[in-house]
Amino acid sequence: MTPQQSQHVDRRSFLKITALAGGGVLFGFGAAREAAAQVGGPGQATTDPHNFIKVAPDGAVTIVAKNPEVGQGIRTMLPMLIAEELDVSWNSVKIEQADFDDTRFASQNAGGSTATPNNWLPMRQVGAAGRQLFITAAAQTWNVPASQCATSAGRVIHAASNRSLGYGELAAKVAALPAPNLAEVKLKDPADYKIIGHTQPGTDVKAITTGKAVFAIDIEVPGMLYAVFEKCRVFGGTVAKANLEEIRKLPGVKQAFVVERPPITDTVLPGETGLENGIAILAETWWHAQSARKKLLVTWNEGPRASQSSAAFAQRADEMSKQAPQRTIRADGDAEAALKNAAKVVEAAYSYPFIAHAPLEPQGATARWNNGAVEIWTNSQAPAGGRRLVAQTLGIPEKDVQVHMVRGGGGFGRRLTNDYMAEAAYIAKQAGAPVKLVWAREDDMTHDTYRPGGFQYLRAGLDGSGKLVAWRNHFVSYGDGERFVAAGAMGPTEFPQRFIPNYALHASVQPLGIRTGSLRAPSSNAFAFVIQSFIDELARAAKKDPVQFRMEILDAGAAPADAAPEAGRGGAAPPGMDAGRMKGVLQLVAEKSNWGKRQLPKGTGMGVAFHFSHRGYFAEVAEVAVDSANKIKVNKVWVAADVGSHIINPGAGENMVEGAIIDGLSELMSQEITVESGRVVQTNYHQHAMMRLAQAPPEIEIHFLKTNFPPTGLGEPALPPVLPAVANAVFAATGKRVRALPFSKSGFAWA
Amino acid sequence: MAFELNVNGRTVSVDVPADMPLLWALRDVLHLHGAKYGCGIGQCGACTVLLGGKAVRACLTPISAVGKQTITTIEGLSPDGTHPLQLAWQEVDVPQCGYCQAGQIMSAAALLARNPKPGDKDIEAAMNGNLCRCGTYLRIRSAVHRAAEMGSAPRTQTPANRE
Repeated sequence: MTPQQSQHVDRRSFLKITALAGGGVLFGFGAAREAAAQVGGPGQATTDPHNFIKVAPDGAVTIVAKNPEVGQGIRTMLPMLIAEELDVSWNSVKIEQADFDDTRFASQNAGGSTATPNNWLPMRQVGAAGRQLFITAAAQTWNVPASQCATSAGRVIHAASNRSLGYGELAAKVAALPAPNLAEVKLKDPADYKIIGHTQPGTDVKAITTGKAVFAIDIEVPGMLYAVFEKCRVFGGTVAKANLEEIRKLPGVKQAFVVERPPITDTVLPGETGLENGIAILAETWWHAQSARKKLLVTWNEGPRASQSSAAFAQRADEMSKQAPQRTIRADGDAEAALKNAAKVVEAAYSYPFIAHAPLEPQGATARWNNGAVEIWTNSQAPAGGRRLVAQTLGIPEKDVQVHMVRGGGGFGRRLTNDYMAEAAYIAKQAGAPVKLVWAREDDMTHDTYRPGGFQYLRAGLDGSGKLVAWRNHFVSYGDGERFVAAGAMGPTEFPQRFIPNYALHASVQPLGIRTGSLRAPSSNAFAFVIQSFIDELARAAKKDPVQFRMEILDAGAAPADAAPEAGRGGAAPPGMDAGRMKGVLQLVAEKSNWGKRQLPKGTGMGVAFHFSHRGYFAEVAEVAVDSANKIKVNKVWVAADVGSHIINPGAGENMVEGAIIDGLSELMSQEITVESGRVVQTNYHQHAMMRLAQAPPEIEIHFLKTNFPPTGLGEPALPPVLPAVANAVFAATGKRVRALPFSKSGFAWA
Repeated sequence: MAFELNVNGRTVSVDVPADMPLLWALRDVLHLHGAKYGCGIGQCGACTVLLGGKAVRACLTPISAVGKQTITTIEGLSPDGTHPLQLAWQEVDVPQCGYCQAGQIMSAAALLARNPKPGDKDIEAAMNGNLCRCGTYLRIRSAVHRAAEMGSAPRTQTPANRE
């Protein structure tokens, strides 16, 4: 890609930057995947223990946490892996957040639930290599063979001579030793784990509860100004004119200027549009800047996207559903013929809306331009992509972009897109002063990278015995030709592909002028609702128990060895679904919820669903009560999960699963982004509601099924099944089948 | 305009517009960052502080409306981080991202001050204005109960008048 360059056009207020070749930049999730792939994925270590472990002469141990922390607990979990193998007591460990430095820490990103599978082996190897260094140093000191030395809680012990040395006493010597080959270090027997598998409280919990934790929004740099950045409500719109002279005279305002990049011309917007056009206002406090903004009068050139609307999208999707699909993604057997010959055919149209990430901390970053280089403080989930974007936006080499990684107030995938980093850096350079950019909530809600909405037109056939024999899905999404919008694809192996002899997946797309991107459990967060709701319809049509019907489908699958890679995702594809593991969690959740054996009062029902995503196997059961006014209370959710052999930090893992359930329920009931006249209509939480405490299920019961597979991530895969589990429970309770999200549009609300 | 404020037991002076919300005076003028900006319209509760012992949304409270009422932020809830709510939050390990938690704790502090042994319904009523995007509600509920058990008399005064 061509680096962007900046130049003055109008000395007083106008800036111009050159277009990127190809009309945009595509980072974010793709970059995270790419970065992960560079490390080689699970099992390949490229890191030096000296970069991660520091021991002071007094024995105090500092372990560097390399990944972005946005609430997933990674700043605790990765150091736990190191500390375990280093053989130090967890209480003696202090944790230090790394800055972004891919020469020292290899992959540093938070996306795709990849941190656990990608770091499980390398971080333990780093710890074990550190332990080996201390043993080497002690053996040299005592002039004994290393093989005679053992370690315990931060000390090297030579039992034969009854001597021991603390790691602190050996630290100076260790610093001069070369790192051992990580692939050859000896790892502990898991039976001896003292830290892994034992709940450790969040590293920052004390700081958080005393107001001392520093989030990106809390960064202060001497002499900095506070910035707001007004962009066109229609994506890609440009500034025609604005009353900047008046704005500059308002109280506290220091600067106001237009940032201009040439129009974004793509038919389908890339997830990472980088810097957009807009007006920066800089003031002595954020409130001064935001108050001045309310006096801003801008005439925008809105461009062609101003005509798009959700109503038109839905109408177009309906038209496309009645036409031949634009293309076929997958065809196994002969779905059309099998449907013709089926004893029973079930047909249904499902849909789900665009939704916003809306992490509680709004987007923003602090940047300081200094003599051709920039320093930036960010909560990015993909700092590698962010650094590249900032370098390109400012027209400087990547080495001149220093990225400090700061705790983020939630991420959920939003911070895989680094537009706000580019804005802060660009505004700081133009202003000639350090700048803290903070988006208003309204900016966040109207300039997100939305979870793409979509439509699925399904037909399935059952034979005379109620067996599922045919499946046809016409998937109507957004895109251009064969290109789907970001996070808007369905891949050729989407379930129940390979579990059914006659399977057809067709797709049609229409153009889209708002940005889309990965939201926690991308694609799965919508697809599980559709597929597992429709399977419930089929079970009813087959007059079979919903758990039993699902078991029969899983029994019909190809052997795990034949499993194709997980559907719809780029980069190094995780393995496909192992039907045996899914049956394990389905069986477990049925047992734990006493499925089919409980007497439920009228208006109360149970629903089940499973979904495989991000290498994780989750089956969930919900029990709901629905009153005559369609008010839903989720009484309880049971979760059975198989994410491998170890839950590294069980308490944090359970917290993550509970949160995923509640997040999924928010998506189910109330979240929807709509577009009118090219503008996102919803501006704040009152229009894009999340679940509140009184609405939350009083109980979420979680069971981890430990299996002999390497541990995998928990950030995402717990979420998708809860939507169809509740939808199916609502059907069981009321006989009402809801096929369009959110449920609020069908007259439902939380009790 | 100059305003004299009593923040966490100390008297401080700020020179800001009368309509500046308390949140921004705390954050950008007094550099107290515990109270957070989340929505600016009283929907999320991340900015919750105690004003005269009552939980208020600092994003909607103009500085001119504060007067002589004491202001307590998360930084001033206890001198050493040992308010029962802080200890309970640590014990239950409530936070995920942690961004909402100061506001959650301040709402809970106001609740415990007027109702030292709240039931589930009391907690729901008092805490329903505080959003947690990470969904830690079950832990918030149990941490409030735990704090009620721990502290027979939860302290919600400012450090100054506690002494």
